[in-house]
Amino acid sequence: MNYSKKSWLRLTALAAGVACTSAALAETITIGTVNNGDMIRMQGLASEFEAANPGISLDWVILEENVLRQRLTTDIAANSGQFDVMTIGMYETPIWGANGWLEPMDNLPASYDEADLFPSVKAGLSTDGQLYALPFYGESSMTYYRKDLFEQAGLSMPAEPTWDQVREFAVALHDPANEQYGICLRGKAGWGENMALVTTMANAFGGRWFDQEWNAQLESPEWKNAVNFYVDLLGNYGPPGASSNGFNENLALFNTGKCGMWVDATVAGSFVTDDSQSQVSDQVGFAAAPSQVTEKGSGWLWAWALAIPVSSDAKEAAQKFVTWATSKEYSALVAERHGIAAIPPGTRVSTYENQAYLDAAEFAGMTLTQMRKANPDDSTLEPSPYTGVQFVAIPGFSGFATAVGQQVSGALAGSSTVDRALANANTVVNREMRRAGYQN
Amino acid sequence: MNLHTEKVVKLTMVTVGSWLVAALVFFPIFWMILTSFKTELNAFSSPPSLFFWPTLENYQVVFERSDYFRYAWNSVVISFVSSIMAMVIGLPAAYAMAFYPTARTQGVMLWMLSTKMLPPVGVLVPIYLLSRDTGLLDTRTGLVIIYTLINLPIVIWMIYTYFKDVPKDILEACRMDGASLWQEIRHVLVPITMGGLSSTFLLSLILSWNEAFWSLNLTASSAAPLTALIASYSSPEGLFWAKLSAASTLAVAPILVFGWISQKQLVRGLTFGAVK
Amino acid sequence: MSQLSRNARAARFLVAPSVLLLLAWMTVPLAMTLYYSTVNFNLTIPGPRNFVGFENYIFFFTDPSFFAGMSNTIVLVGATLLITVVLGTLIAVLIDNPFPGRSLVRILLISPFFIMPTVNALVWKNLLMNPVSGFFAFLSKSVGMTPIDWFTDVPMLSIIIIVSWQWLPFAILILMTAMQSLDQEQLEAARIEGAGLVAVFIHVTLPHLARPLAVVVMIETIFLLSIFAEIFTTTGGGPGTQTTTLAYLIYSQALLQYDVGMASAGGIVAVVLANIVAFFLIRVVGKSLAGE
Repeated sequence: MNYSKKSWLRLTALAAGVACTSAALAETITIGTVNNGDMIRMQGLASEFEAANPGISLDWVILEENVLRQRLTTDIAANSGQFDVMTIGMYETPIWGANGWLEPMDNLPASYDEADLFPSVKAGLSTDGQLYALPFYGESSMTYYRKDLFEQAGLSMPAEPTWDQVREFAVALHDPANEQYGICLRGKAGWGENMALVTTMANAFGGRWFDQEWNAQLESPEWKNAVNFYVDLLGNYGPPGASSNGFNENLALFNTGKCGMWVDATVAGSFVTDDSQSQVSDQVGFAAAPSQVTEKGSGWLWAWALAIPVSSDAKEAAQKFVTWATSKEYSALVAERHGIAAIPPGTRVSTYENQAYLDAAEFAGMTLTQMRKANPDDSTLEPSPYTGVQFVAIPGFSGFATAVGQQVSGALAGSSTVDRALANANTVVNREMRRAGYQN
Repeated sequence: MNLHTEKVVKLTMVTVGSWLVAALVFFPIFWMILTSFKTELNAFSSPPSLFFWPTLENYQVVFERSDYFRYAWNSVVISFVSSIMAMVIGLPAAYAMAFYPTARTQGVMLWMLSTKMLPPVGVLVPIYLLSRDTGLLDTRTGLVIIYTLINLPIVIWMIYTYFKDVPKDILEACRMDGASLWQEIRHVLVPITMGGLSSTFLLSLILSWNEAFWSLNLTASSAAPLTALIASYSSPEGLFWAKLSAASTLAVAPILVFGWISQKQLVRGLTFGAVK
Repeated sequence: MSQLSRNARAARFLVAPSVLLLLAWMTVPLAMTLYYSTVNFNLTIPGPRNFVGFENYIFFFTDPSFFAGMSNTIVLVGATLLITVVLGTLIAVLIDNPFPGRSLVRILLISPFFIMPTVNALVWKNLLMNPVSGFFAFLSKSVGMTPIDWFTDVPMLSIIIIVSWQWLPFAILILMTAMQSLDQEQLEAARIEGAGLVAVFIHVTLPHLARPLAVVVMIETIFLLSIFAEIFTTTGGGPGTQTTTLAYLIYSQALLQYDVGMASAGGIVAVVLANIVAFFLIRVVGKSLAGE
């Protein structure tokens, strides 16, 4: 057989072309993510993505939230490029986006349906109108209560309670001799732990973190009322050791039937109604997060999102992955494999228009209501210069808010008075703000 | 007769006392291992359940979800290599300082220890930037270098202590016999201080194995040791005590087994009486 | 003669590599830390890094938690040293003589040191000390007492317990190995002369253990000064500032604020303080170290 020179050339070119393309596509992307249930599920389903995209392989770095945040921040600030996909929240995204550290999320395929994303979530993940991360799941906060205990005590929970009403219920339900505590709330010190809740309480009582000149407002009458209320409520009608209880500890308490009420993240809804985890799974009622003098900022807003740092060396592959993981198709995949109630909540309107979802997940209705109400740009009664409902989207916040959290948990533990705790907290915050140049 | 009963009583008291103390000290670990076989609901129940149907589901989850063997291998390589290097570099130094002390020896020893006084947290960013620039981020080599340097002062100090315990006469005796330095070390010194050297090596191994600061901050996915495995099971959302216990048991098992085996070395102590 | 001096010269060469390595290892990070401590470097705020002189140090010293940090550090280190040294010595003496099951007892006693500090803290916090479902709570309730709320009422004591438990094996390991080299003849001689247990302990055992004890104290001090993983996992420095140590303060600057300038200044301060502590420590135990 005599092949002409031309056909040999064509064959070689074809072979080279194939080799080049597959070489170019054989990329590894490193994904840094939190070890929450939905992310673990994402990791489990990632084989579908790898099957559909043979040139891309995924490397997972899963860490607990605080460690992950440190790791990612160090990486992105030092431009090390160790991560191609980062799981970050509504706190970091606007700051890092403004610093120019994140790839802007433009050119999303039409099938992605950007308009389907919750407006508040989208706004929370954007700076100057540009989206910098794709939301994976979102949450607000709500009130969980035990329908059986309420019935026994002859109480009835309104759809939109106030903190005063919640306190009345707690007093009636508190029975420590039988290990039944009126209410469980976060007490563990941390900007995302107790301060998330306390900030929403302060918001509900009419307070704000800063006035328009960035002076700390922690000694204002609104904050004092809110924190005194919190210390009294949780200290007298809550479980022992409350000042070290975070989300997980309270979840365990609620699931083992020890709390009459619990105000916390909407994602807890799926945990408390899951019979494999909860002893009270069919006795849970849902109500709005309590308001007081105002409803503004009474329920928080948070979303975990996937972003791509500009220092990544596999941006295209990373883009493919993040689009896949936050798409409608991914939600359908989760519904197929894990049941419809396991769909990542709080990101897409279409999820909540799906009647099957609303039926399967009892907490979905309240989640939707709460997420609609939350507005990071307008979360306080008086005008404030910052965005964020339960946090303030400025770089120093995670540091000084944790210090404030320590003071508040100290007041709760009884090792200091509320007034002194707030005075210390106010000093710390003002000090840091001055150092960061916000106050003139 | 009296002396004999006294001895028996003493032995019983020592035995009972030691066992009691050992049980108390070991209890938290025992509780953790027990918890790893419970379901999540069981793990948090009050009162705590001592009798329950054991389940292997937590271990299953750990193996499915994380690449345990990759983490474990990283831990093994990093800990062993860095400990061996620390011993190799440290032993000669300790030898010189123990047997040929100069006026400056004390100062040098203290200075070595003072290199450990800088809290790792304070020096994180400089080291991180250095690693990034030398391309050692997320590599086992990078961690090995850092661990060797971190543990070197401790290793030198401990070997120095054990060397100081060796009676001068023995070394002089073999020197008089014309032994070279190398022979002196290899045939006389090392066998005598084997117990001390082994515990030093074991100590360095444990310190490297459990080191959770640099190992978390300087690695991503390739060089991550078992400490990263633990960090992926602590405080997520939802119940996790049983899974964390399983992951911790798996993370501790290799080193615990190794420690158990090396017990023999620790026991093979010195027989000073026999030398005389 | 010449063998001796040949050995001596060889010895000097032997020390060289470690010294050089440690010199490099210490100087480079130290120099970088010194440099960063005079610069306003915050990881999350991009912008020019200006020289700001002592501003970082002043800011660190005027931190309202600074004095709490210092005193808590001293309390934590001192209490842990005391507990581990005293218990370690007693236990090492207890298990020195053979008895049935001694090997197993030894491995059980050393095990806490194998556990990662974070895991250690989590186990104590959740499985043992939790006032509702922890094991200690269970014990208290079974005898009719109200369970102690460990991290709320006695946070520092709780941390001390956790840290001491972790470091006790270290002391036991060193002292136990050192006991091996205790001359049995000396012990026998003393006993034959009619010395009681306590007298033997004070006059024979303790002097022999002087040097290892000094090493234990020195090494533990160094490590304990920079402990923060346990605090981070359990109390987060709180309630208030009751468990905030110097190391935790630096951590909160470095990894919560990402203020590298402040963290570096804090690091230098910690080094200076640690050196002062070491200086005094040497005065006290130094004789045992150099001696003989």
